[in-house]
Amino acid sequence: MGRSVETELPQARYSYGGDEFVFVELSEAMSLKVNFRAMAITNKLRDENIEGVTDICPSNASYMIRIDPDVLHPDELISRLKEIDEEVGDIHGFELNTRVVDVPVMIDDPWTHEALMRFRDRHQDPDSTDLEYSARINGYDSKEDFIEALLGSPWLVTMIGFVPGLPWCYQLVPPEEQIEVPKYVRPRTYTPERAFGFGGGFAVIYSVEGAGGYQLFGRSPVPVLDVQQRLPDFRDSIVFPKPGDIWNYRRIDREEFDRFEAEVEEGTFEYKKKDFVFHPDRALEDPHAYNEEILGVLYGD
Amino acid sequence: MGIRVKSPGLLTTVQDTGRFGEYALGMPPSGAMDVFSYQVGNYLVGNEEGAASLEITYFGPELEFTEGAVIAVTGAEMPPKINGEEAPTWETLEVGEGDVLSFDYLKSGARSYLAVAGGIDVPLFMHSRSTYTLIGLGGHEGRALQEGDELKIGESRNGGGQVGKRVDDDHIPAYSRETELRVIIGLASYRLTEESMEEFLNTTWTVTPDADRVGYRYRGGELKFVEREQPAGAGSDPANVVDFGYPIGSIQVPGGVEPIVLMNDAVTGGGYATIGTVISADRDKLAQTKTNDKTRFRSVDLDEALKARKDRGEQMEEIKGSLT
Repeated sequence: MGRSVETELPQARYSYGGDEFVFVELSEAMSLKVNFRAMAITNKLRDENIEGVTDICPSNASYMIRIDPDVLHPDELISRLKEIDEEVGDIHGFELNTRVVDVPVMIDDPWTHEALMRFRDRHQDPDSTDLEYSARINGYDSKEDFIEALLGSPWLVTMIGFVPGLPWCYQLVPPEEQIEVPKYVRPRTYTPERAFGFGGGFAVIYSVEGAGGYQLFGRSPVPVLDVQQRLPDFRDSIVFPKPGDIWNYRRIDREEFDRFEAEVEEGTFEYKKKDFVFHPDRALEDPHAYNEEILGVLYGD
Repeated sequence: MGIRVKSPGLLTTVQDTGRFGEYALGMPPSGAMDVFSYQVGNYLVGNEEGAASLEITYFGPELEFTEGAVIAVTGAEMPPKINGEEAPTWETLEVGEGDVLSFDYLKSGARSYLAVAGGIDVPLFMHSRSTYTLIGLGGHEGRALQEGDELKIGESRNGGGQVGKRVDDDHIPAYSRETELRVIIGLASYRLTEESMEEFLNTTWTVTPDADRVGYRYRGGELKFVEREQPAGAGSDPANVVDFGYPIGSIQVPGGVEPIVLMNDAVTGGGYATIGTVISADRDKLAQTKTNDKTRFRSVDLDEALKARKDRGEQMEEIKGSLT
């Protein structure tokens, strides 16, 4: 890669996370491109099977590596990471073997509604719901228009964490169409399991019940974490989402919600999903056209 | 059987070295908070590395042995008693069937470890026996011990031969109410103003009641973030960043007033600016601090952190050698 390519990219910050972690912030700002770079770099590192690397954690605009410093000196890893960064460059031609997944959500469901009403005093706007507030500050005339934008384009899973199985999702739309909302003023002490939330520029599904600060928009009837590994999608891992997954959040009604929940209960539920080779170049060039194609793969024959 | 829980104490959990290699799934390692005391306990009773012990927090349990066992209590000074009679810490002891182990009030430190020859025999979950109570996995039924629980003891390798062995006094840590923790400044430390970074390092912080396996919160100063237009995706609060990974031991300052050091059961990532990381060798010390204790953070470079890690490793090898 030529130097000219490198100068277009924000300068990555390499930092020690104590003696056991190396933390690399590729950019302070989120973008699809920076996440593609984080994924490309960490995928490459994983393929190299370097002794002393114990955990490789891609995240939204950064990544983190846990090492055993008795085996691998952090500086040695950092030199290699800088080389990989150059090799990956601006990710032209990068391909990602991934999958497209249908993820049902019920918007304005009774459970998250109950939760968000309980914590109105911790919210920026105690007199509206999280959806009404988020629609307004993003310049939408109505809640319905906002929901349409929110569910109108698929999402990239850009990071897993916080608690086991929780996916951060960034929408595959141009920067000017990205929705952004603040987190609660003070976090809630309760969030229902499988709540569909939004904070900063990211949508999440809360994998477990617990504290949380994201705006609450809805709830999924199906899990992202299955510690008992009862469901077929969890045979290989207790966690369903993978970084690089493309998820389409699809609005469902109460009837469909109950039907999915019953399938989960019976242990028969399986996510609708298709294998897909994703080309970041195309998602950056013409996201809407590419999204049509992606959804065609998921819902077509 | 092996151990019957007559009373559980404040928070007693099964822990081993931890559940490593699953961080990218959002799974924190859990495991013993004070690795030094935990490991030395295993050396005392002749266990293989990684055998599970009980981590006892602040206030001890009452445990009845339903079979004879070889045990050792290490870590915090919370004097153990066998059938009501005081017994030594940092020493290998023998208990018989029907004996009851209880603990006196905590004198110093915060966490004691009960090692048993053969280890606490609970099922492995993702290659570890450590308890992660937040989502209820690992350990004994994924939770802290409760009255009436019965724990099995694994097969002992060489417990009997260890009875009476004792850790040399020079190696027994003294826990003070004032602790210095060494940190490597970094991560998103550029978010703090220079004056605030200085203040962070010059302040004597007080451990708040929010001090547990997830993390330790401190009070005592107020830190300010560099003003900026928040970048895309970060959210509007100046303490917010685009959500990223949190190293174990990393320090964040939500709201600027309460630094939090994340520990073994912490969230693996999130959207608060992190400013540095407590070095691995000092996490043991942190684990022995408690509410109202004083803590100062001292900035060190990587070389000093690696040296501290090496010294600690060598000390543990020396102790191991002296006990086996």
